[in-house]
Amino acid sequence: MIDLDEFLSHSGIELHSLEQWIDREWLLGERRSTTIVLTDMDAARARLIHDLKRDFGVNDEGVDIVLHLVDQLHGLRQVLAQMRTETQAARRRDIRRSRGRKPGPILAPRRRS
Amino acid sequence: MSNPYEVLGVAASASGDDIQKAYRKLAKKLHPDLNPGDKSAEDKFKQVAGAYDLLSNPEKRRRYDTGEIDETGAERPQQQYYRDYAGSDPGHYSSNAGFADFAAGDDPFAELFRRSAQARANRRGQDLHYRLSVSFVESITGGSQRITLPAGGTLDVTIPAGVVDGQSLRLKGKGAPGAGKGGPGDAYIEIEVRSDPRFLRNGDDITIDVPISLREAVLGGKIRVPTPTGDVTMTVPANSNSGSTLRLKGKGAPRLGGGRGDQFVKLRIVLPKPADPELIQFVSTWEAGKNFNPREALR
Repeated sequence: MIDLDEFLSHSGIELHSLEQWIDREWLLGERRSTTIVLTDMDAARARLIHDLKRDFGVNDEGVDIVLHLVDQLHGLRQVLAQMRTETQAARRRDIRRSRGRKPGPILAPRRRS
Repeated sequence: MSNPYEVLGVAASASGDDIQKAYRKLAKKLHPDLNPGDKSAEDKFKQVAGAYDLLSNPEKRRRYDTGEIDETGAERPQQQYYRDYAGSDPGHYSSNAGFADFAAGDDPFAELFRRSAQARANRRGQDLHYRLSVSFVESITGGSQRITLPAGGTLDVTIPAGVVDGQSLRLKGKGAPGAGKGGPGDAYIEIEVRSDPRFLRNGDDITIDVPISLREAVLGGKIRVPTPTGDVTMTVPANSNSGSTLRLKGKGAPRLGGGRGDQFVKLRIVLPKPADPELIQFVSTWEAGKNFNPREALR
């Protein structure tokens, strides 16, 4: 959980903007009677939305699309990371297995008659 | 940071609009959240954002142009980007819409995509964090409290005896609901122990300052002493000094592995107020008292 007042004053984001972003389902923060509960991840995402709108001039429809693509990108990155972990684990298993194996017989070259 | 005009690729005579256009063009390419896998994007973006901070503010730009401030005057503080969290996001935001079609098939990759999609569909609910203030006495004796949640509803919290300030209690399954078979998250209650003017906690032991009369100090006697679990009677030995400490065994905080700490009672002699003429009369004629020097050891 983050300190909402501190976050708002540092980021320059207004409370009503956060409320709108939650209503638009850009953010998962929890709306309560007088405040909003945000995790560190929600706050970082709010900063990204703020950057897109204020600095990059992206309109609301554009933010919808950007976030949708960013979310897919992170979904894919997670699968890639998992794939890398599993591939590395499999490689380590293979190396351990090959080290434990006895060396095969050395075959003498066949003499030509 | 180097020359902000060079960083943004604009002439020193560029208008505010030109500067904004140049910044947007670069920032769209370099924003760390739009380049989650590029470690150098953050540094480059910081440079561009710092240059824009400086040049987009007419006053700062004027001061920079006249040499009043250097280019570092506008550096942005360290910031955590969304990408720093999104990598470990259990599916709150991240989506499998971009690769759901890869999950069909019987190859190992399809299996991996399927597992990932399942994990998202069955993601666990978020953990919720609360703070609960308890009295010093309750922190020693334990108890239970019903807290009203800001979003409505209540939560019964059992406060374990001996809980310390800042300790977090985990209530399994009392967090936000999850999706599918994900199950709810947990609730974490951070305990804040209010101070008590009478008691001071030191590990498992408790200290209390107890005032005693001159009569009790000289002649000894039984006094009532408060402890977090109720008053107890203890014996003050005759000829007790101010500052001497007595121990009430097992009257401290519960220990983690069983048993309890002790309560230490520090005696403090309090003379009657206003001063008693009879006492003054006695002490001024008290011969042995005239020769007694309690500061002998300080010489």
